[in-house]
Amino acid sequence: MSTAALHETAQHEVHGDAHHEHHHQETFITKYIFSQDHKTIAKQFLVTGIIWAFIGGLFSVIFRLQLADPNATYPFLEDFLGHWAKGGKLQPEFYYALVTMHGTILVFFVLTAGLSGTFANFLIPLQIGARDMASPMLNMLSYWFFFLASVIMMSSLFVQTGPASGGWTIYPPLSALGEASSGSKIGMDLWLVSMAMFIVSSLLGGLNYITTILNMRTKGMSMTRMPLTIWALFFTAVLGVLSFPVLLSGAILLLFDRNLGTSFYLSDIVVAGKIMPNEGGSAILFQHLFWFLGHPEVYIILLPAMGMSSEILSVNSRKPIFGYMAMIGSLFAITILAFLVWAHHMFVTGLNPFLGSVFVLLTLLIAVPSAIKVFNWLTTLWKGNIRFTPAMMFAIGFVSLFISGGLTGIFLGNSALDIHLHDTYFVIAHFHIVMGVASFFGMYAGVYHWYPKMFGRYLNNTLSYIHFWITIVGAYMIFWPMHYEGLAGMPRRYYDFSNWESFKNFGGLNQFISIIALLVFAAQLLFVINFFYSIWKGRKVTTLNPWNANTLEWTTPIRPGHGNWPGDIPEVHRWPYDYAKDGKDFIPQDVPVGDDESKH
Amino acid sequence: MKELLFVAIIVMVFVVIFQIAKASEYVSVLKGEEKTRKQNNKINGFLFIVFLIVGLFGAWYCNHLYYGKTLFPQGAASVEGEKIDLMLYITITVTGVVFVITQVLLFWFAYKYQESDGKKAFYFPHNTKLELLWTTVPAIFLTVLVVFGLKYWFKMTGDAPKDAVLVEITGHQFAWDMRYPGADGKLGKKNYKLYNNPSGNTLGVDFEDPESWDDLHTTEMHLPLGKPVKLVINAMDVIHDVGLSHFRMKMDAVPGIPTTLWFTPKYTTEEMKKRTGNPNFVYEISCDQMCGKGHFSMRGVIVVETEEEYNKWLASQKPEYYTLFPDKDPSKKQAVATDTAATSKPMAQLTTNP
Repeated sequence: MSTAALHETAQHEVHGDAHHEHHHQETFITKYIFSQDHKTIAKQFLVTGIIWAFIGGLFSVIFRLQLADPNATYPFLEDFLGHWAKGGKLQPEFYYALVTMHGTILVFFVLTAGLSGTFANFLIPLQIGARDMASPMLNMLSYWFFFLASVIMMSSLFVQTGPASGGWTIYPPLSALGEASSGSKIGMDLWLVSMAMFIVSSLLGGLNYITTILNMRTKGMSMTRMPLTIWALFFTAVLGVLSFPVLLSGAILLLFDRNLGTSFYLSDIVVAGKIMPNEGGSAILFQHLFWFLGHPEVYIILLPAMGMSSEILSVNSRKPIFGYMAMIGSLFAITILAFLVWAHHMFVTGLNPFLGSVFVLLTLLIAVPSAIKVFNWLTTLWKGNIRFTPAMMFAIGFVSLFISGGLTGIFLGNSALDIHLHDTYFVIAHFHIVMGVASFFGMYAGVYHWYPKMFGRYLNNTLSYIHFWITIVGAYMIFWPMHYEGLAGMPRRYYDFSNWESFKNFGGLNQFISIIALLVFAAQLLFVINFFYSIWKGRKVTTLNPWNANTLEWTTPIRPGHGNWPGDIPEVHRWPYDYAKDGKDFIPQDVPVGDDESKH
Repeated sequence: MKELLFVAIIVMVFVVIFQIAKASEYVSVLKGEEKTRKQNNKINGFLFIVFLIVGLFGAWYCNHLYYGKTLFPQGAASVEGEKIDLMLYITITVTGVVFVITQVLLFWFAYKYQESDGKKAFYFPHNTKLELLWTTVPAIFLTVLVVFGLKYWFKMTGDAPKDAVLVEITGHQFAWDMRYPGADGKLGKKNYKLYNNPSGNTLGVDFEDPESWDDLHTTEMHLPLGKPVKLVINAMDVIHDVGLSHFRMKMDAVPGIPTTLWFTPKYTTEEMKKRTGNPNFVYEISCDQMCGKGHFSMRGVIVVETEEEYNKWLASQKPEYYTLFPDKDPSKKQAVATDTAATSKPMAQLTTNP
């Protein structure tokens, strides 16, 4: 069946005129590889994301080995890494390459593509009541551009001069000049080309998500009856579509500076004894372009986690989400403010102090919608009847981490304090907790909650609980003490602290953190094993609605085919949070409002 | 062999955990899934409250272990830095209270309102008063923090006092170089195209400019106690960052765009040795912006000393002009003219010659 016909039916289905079956022949290739089914594409994003997360996580474990004890040697590393780990000791160049790739992979390939790509694709059509995305073709291309970006990024790991190693923020001139760093040779070009492909993927996806949400909701699904997951994914897509092109332009200018002799970012440079001819550019310009994406990016990562956690907290508290409209309002406020705070990453670049003060004000303003969200989540739990499904555990963990990491943002957003804390371990602790681990928790919550819908089987509960407890305890043990290292002024991205009188007192702590990091990484492997094992061997789902949830995805068959509903798409009569209403445990969205029903 | 054993043990652990998990699934089928689920619920609800209590204790214990190793017990080493410490304490207090309240509520609610038979959740979709409350209260607290923060921010980023000691610091892969303006109080012009012209002119100083003739070029920074210091910050190759954590100061060094910062040192290096109880104490300049493979080793040293010692040190330094153009060195000429062993004289005497 053609995609056009699919739309036709999607639009008319709700009127109940066309009963509809999918007769198109599906081969292995169209079903699993070049699939246009949003559910398959979501799984492709998820599995690719898991592979990337494994690689990115492994990198952090390797560089933590170096930080644990800068004098130790690990001969087995030389067997794998060759001259990058001469004598079993990581070389500084390679250490920095690992740090850079860890950041790039986790921020973009896992928590952007892996998170949005998976859940926007999977949940948008299912929860708004659509047969598929607005353009299944573009959706498929979105995955394959991501795949292409992945291949290019992966190949950069194997070039002789190594992958990009200037930090995931790739500030020029370091990233522009091959003379300045071996990672700024061909590895950097590959990084930029890969990111360009990645941005194309992200834009194709984002446009599709926005179009689908605005145009393809089923009958009765007004915007204010959408689950908060969809609202969050909607704002995420808006953020991505408006900010990623700016990074693309920044990256292209950087490619020009690198290869065509332009001077957008370069001026007055003597590098490795060579006087560069570039004049008139500004290294700071790149930072503005980068952070104009870079800051919205942290919300691109965080909002889906917020949306999914809101949904999961409500379902498993058996209570409506508290303050639905305020939750949408705060998402909206965060989206707007996300575009107006980028320069808080640049307080110590010599920014005009007045401009800095405006960014302080706007940055700390974000704390208000964030606080609203936290208190609303807490009130959602209050007087609930809470079931601790693994998804619920991770959603509660998400709230805890969001609070912890969010509060340290108040330190860093205040420019005067940022002077001391900027680029120290305090920053590492802050963003790993609030954007890294918290978003991972949101992602895990989503996987645990929707796994039965994705694969028609359950994950093993015991493994899930072990995974949760090791991860939350471990995450706090890793990142909480880093705040103290930051308060001591310990700078980020140091390969070895032992020559510093001021920073060498934390050797024991660094060792401790590395050991915990190794354990937490191992616990993630438990999840990976659980995930893949359960696809084939997990306990089978036997009921349509295993969590007794209200949203539309649970009205589809246990394993929905392409098109999602075999018959008509259900019509929506109410918001998705009628839990505990009028003494009923839950009332799904497709149940008509009764005459005697109270209004909320 | 040892590695193989290590890998084998890890695989074993995974297999054991996995088998336990599998077995528990069978047990739950035997016992009844609903019953197992309720049991799990109780266990996890209990673990949440344990996590809260142990977690709060852990936060206290972590503070106990590491607060002493931060820079705060020794105090800021600059007058301006005191303000930053004060702000930090205010912010820690405010956020600390919020942190404890919200985390306690979160885990307490999770424990208290866990599922139990016959209980119904409370239908409570919204409450405008409550929502207004937790919109305005955070807004008020944040306003206070912003007002404090910006007051100090404008003071610290404002113009340096007129009588400030001027020092230029230049970062390059992977070291710091200082330039002092000499008796005329002015630094000579620079042009990066003059790099290594003449040979050894690593900062690209324009020696056609007479103001450069008395400039000193050093690799260690000496500062007088109690006088405001203004740093003019440059970079030769990539972006670096002058990180002065003891003074609570930091500023990027950007090629082509000079930046500045100023502060007033409060303790000499010797005093800090006593304050910290560390006989090896030094003020360090750390590079805080990723700058390449040697980033972690880009270390500079600052010596804060009394004005007297500082002036003595200044006098002992020889202007770079004379090092690069030995024939222009008046002391050398004199030495040649008088044909004495002038070169064996101490440097201090040479440079103070008129």
